[in-house]
Amino acid sequence: MSEAHVVALAGNPNTGKSTIFNKLTGLKQHTGNWPGKTVLLAQGDYTYQGQSYGVVDLPGTYSLSASSPEEEVARDFICSGRPEVTVIVVDATCLERNLHLVLQITQLTNKVVVCVNLMDEAKRRQIEIDLLMLERELGVPVIPTSATKGEGLEMLKDAISRVINGVIQPEAVVFDINQENPTPSLYVEAQRIAEMVVTTPSDMCRLSHRLDQIATSRRFGIPLMLGLLATILWITIAGANYPSELLTRLFLGIERVLSGLFTRLGSPLWLHDSVVLGMFRGLAWVVSVMLPPMAIFFPLFTLLEDFGYLPRLAFNLDALFQKAGAHGKQSLTMAMGFGCNAVGVIAARIIDSPRDRLLAILTNNLVPCNGRFPILIVMGSIMAGAVIGTQMTSFYAVLIVLTALVMGVLATLLISRLLTATMLRGEPSFFILELPPYRRPQIGTVLVRSFLDRTLTVLWRAVVVAAPCGLITWVLANVWLQDQTLFTHLSLWLQPIGEMMGLDGVILLAFILGIPANEIVLPIIFMGYLSGNTLMEVQGLQAIQGILTANGWTWVTALNFVIFTIFHWPCATTLLTIKRETGSLKWTFLAAVLPTTVGIALCTLLTNIIGML
Amino acid sequence: MTLADLLPGESGIIQMVKCDRLVRERLADLGLLPGTPIRVQYRGPSGEPTAYWVRGSLLALRRSTAESIIMHPLGRVLA
Repeated sequence: MSEAHVVALAGNPNTGKSTIFNKLTGLKQHTGNWPGKTVLLAQGDYTYQGQSYGVVDLPGTYSLSASSPEEEVARDFICSGRPEVTVIVVDATCLERNLHLVLQITQLTNKVVVCVNLMDEAKRRQIEIDLLMLERELGVPVIPTSATKGEGLEMLKDAISRVINGVIQPEAVVFDINQENPTPSLYVEAQRIAEMVVTTPSDMCRLSHRLDQIATSRRFGIPLMLGLLATILWITIAGANYPSELLTRLFLGIERVLSGLFTRLGSPLWLHDSVVLGMFRGLAWVVSVMLPPMAIFFPLFTLLEDFGYLPRLAFNLDALFQKAGAHGKQSLTMAMGFGCNAVGVIAARIIDSPRDRLLAILTNNLVPCNGRFPILIVMGSIMAGAVIGTQMTSFYAVLIVLTALVMGVLATLLISRLLTATMLRGEPSFFILELPPYRRPQIGTVLVRSFLDRTLTVLWRAVVVAAPCGLITWVLANVWLQDQTLFTHLSLWLQPIGEMMGLDGVILLAFILGIPANEIVLPIIFMGYLSGNTLMEVQGLQAIQGILTANGWTWVTALNFVIFTIFHWPCATTLLTIKRETGSLKWTFLAAVLPTTVGIALCTLLTNIIGML
Repeated sequence: MTLADLLPGESGIIQMVKCDRLVRERLADLGLLPGTPIRVQYRGPSGEPTAYWVRGSLLALRRSTAESIIMHPLGRVLA
């Protein structure tokens, strides 16, 4: 087959561009209903009528004036001559503003196909568009699509191939524009064309408006936000228990088989123990304890994102971020951090000003990511169960995790305020936030995709991170130096700091060994406690609680552990991402020192206050 | 009169955008230009920021930005 034809995909944020990309290429790239999500150039391929096409998904931009890095990327790529055709995805419900970008691009190149997406939504809102007239006014092919339903995609592929093969030769209408300051004259043209082709001017979607009246109201805005989070947490907590026990039992079964196999093959004891009790158990614990909450929480969070709630969250929280001297989009990058801090750090690219972006990067780790949620959930469930009994456990567990979460958000605001008063002085740069209409999430697709995605990610990390870490932990716990194991030496060495913070040496050691991934902190703690007693089987929350109490945990320890889980150094992936994004060791170092200082200070303070009572 | 003086439900037409060049261009990219009709949709839970309906999309601006957008003096209409 010959070289693939290069197709560029451009468009405003929130026009369903990523959905078109996914449907065209079948490559499952993550799509989210908030502006400026695609910051890296994603690529994918498809074949049509025996020819192969490579699609490059450009960042969503409102313009090509190159005043932000994303626009520069998009502009450079379109101008590079690499794409044989540029497909511009426009939102049928908001044609006028979208036409501005179309006109900017058609001033640069003739090889354009305009894809008017969200036709179904426009129809629902009784917006009619004269596509033939639009085609005549622009001079380039116009294809209507409803990407989520898969409608119009064959026609789009056909138009792309016709333009590339020269069957159609678009001749974009060139306007007489002021080259010094083109935007106003382009908008005049966009407005003129929109008035001609759109029969019913679009007003705000009624349902969206009504939902927003609740979601952003003075009375319900913040409570609704907390309520939504609480609901997600409750479903996660209530739902994770059963699969967790099931997986534990499954892994125990496999462990017995594995163990028997080693014995039958006559392997030496150290090999059996290091593989079965070290590697396999590390892997088993991560999968059975950590996977279920992650595989439930993440899809639910993605659903909320797909629905279009995150921009409202940013809208509601903006007044607070403004007081902290931070950029309005920092609340969006913070929200992304709940999914994964490394993703949150990358997402900070949506902030143009270097100062504001740095602030968003440095504070991102102050909110717990999906890898730390399960720790909070397990601890919350144990604390709630231990203190309150079984009836209301889920309710109190939700309350505990929610409090932990709010603490993370408050710390983000306080540290931001502190940084903007000291190291990162200055005014936050200008900020504009688009609030796209709520869209019915593609529930099935989102649930299945993010569930699978999360499950595969965790499984993969269990293999590449948890298993080696399990092995290292086992080695540390079984290599004797004088009269103690290495693990004991290290944990005894850390013991004074641990005690100061109301924790112990084993916990601190687990956090240090857990740098590759937060998921393995809890499993390492179990291994550390059980190292002298490897026959014990961990089954269910009660067993976990038993182990912890037997090792001197009180509710103060649990509380401090929760605090330190939220406030400590970022995981290795996040640290590397911060280094890459800031290009500076100094800022990476600060990003690790900041949360750690908060954690040590809070734990020490709490322990001392409680000690005095 | 500036955009910040309009109350939710009120509309007006932009006369001038008094920001530095970069911000003015950013606003223009999103369709906020002299002559553009704009409607105040709603304010955030604590009165900040404010969402505006402009050219078929909903955009939120902070007060400081809205204060630098000058409106036509007689253009204030209840939508």
